[in-house]
Amino acid sequence: MEMIQGVTQIREEVANRGFMLASADKLVNWARTSSMWPMTFGLACCAVEMMQAGASRYDLDRFGIVFRASPRQSDVIIVAGTVTYKMAPALRKLYDQMAEPRWVISMGSCANGGGYYHYGYSTVRGCDRIIPVDIYIPGCPPTAEAFLYGVLQLHKKIHRTNTLYSGWGESV
Amino acid sequence: MTPNKLDRLEQEVRTKLPALTMERLADALVIHLAISDLVQTMTRLRDDIALDFKLLIDLAGVHYPEREVPFELVYQLLSVHKNHRIRVKLPVPEGVLVPSISGVWGCANWYEREAYDMFGILFSGHPDLRRILNDYDFHGYPLRKDFPVTGLVESRYDAVRGMLVKEPIRLKREDKEPYRKSP
Repeated sequence: MEMIQGVTQIREEVANRGFMLASADKLVNWARTSSMWPMTFGLACCAVEMMQAGASRYDLDRFGIVFRASPRQSDVIIVAGTVTYKMAPALRKLYDQMAEPRWVISMGSCANGGGYYHYGYSTVRGCDRIIPVDIYIPGCPPTAEAFLYGVLQLHKKIHRTNTLYSGWGESV
Repeated sequence: MTPNKLDRLEQEVRTKLPALTMERLADALVIHLAISDLVQTMTRLRDDIALDFKLLIDLAGVHYPEREVPFELVYQLLSVHKNHRIRVKLPVPEGVLVPSISGVWGCANWYEREAYDMFGILFSGHPDLRRILNDYDFHGYPLRKDFPVTGLVESRYDAVRGMLVKEPIRLKREDKEPYRKSP
């Protein structure tokens, strides 16, 4: 909504006055949320729901979301599935390779806190032990709607930030 | 398998390999082998035209802590051509080398790696006996009955050191402590 209002506002201002005024961070946040490229990090059944959200019915393209297969080209990493101890170093390495500002969506019970495998010997009890998480989406697996809602929540979160370099200096 | 078919297969195995110990279950034929006969018998089961077990379906390890010989390997064989199956069981003492049958069936390579990973059963003559499912520096054998369900260590990212660290496991809820014990 905020995005659409923003577009209308810009259009009106340019039409009426020939120029427009905006605070830089708002403009930057708007640009950031309008083309968030997630890195595909499908680890289990959650990945299938993520693909479903990307397909024609829910169509993440409407939000400027295009899946990329490289951490160098992505803004947000969606951890979709069970993170095992064997996968944990790879997850951290990929996160470290992403350019800032970067965000993390933890999708599903397993990524949120180990889920069904919480007491297992091979599962990380929540991917927030490995990388800092912005949005947790509950569900096992979350529906495509829930996933989309999580993405919109992340949009909201980005809109709330007032500094340009919000991603810097973070730690787990 | 139908009883008739089992009868015929049993007859066939008895004539071809008379020295074997065999057990007839309601719907399956089970051969009990010793480690020293493994490769020879398996090759025979594969190459004999009447038996024709060209496919190794599965290789599973089992842990029986109460037995004198604590481990058992179970091989499931199938003949696609003759449409019959057979099961081969092999008791394995702790720490004893089992000859690899990856030369007989190529797919045994990964099955044996799994048995090594989960039970610590060692195979001699295996081309690449590494862990297959768990992390390469994993400690212990998770499918042994004395292995705690939650494992022994957990890893997290240490922001100060900038690396993943492994620590002894620490569960926050006391009432879930029983999970640490073996089933």
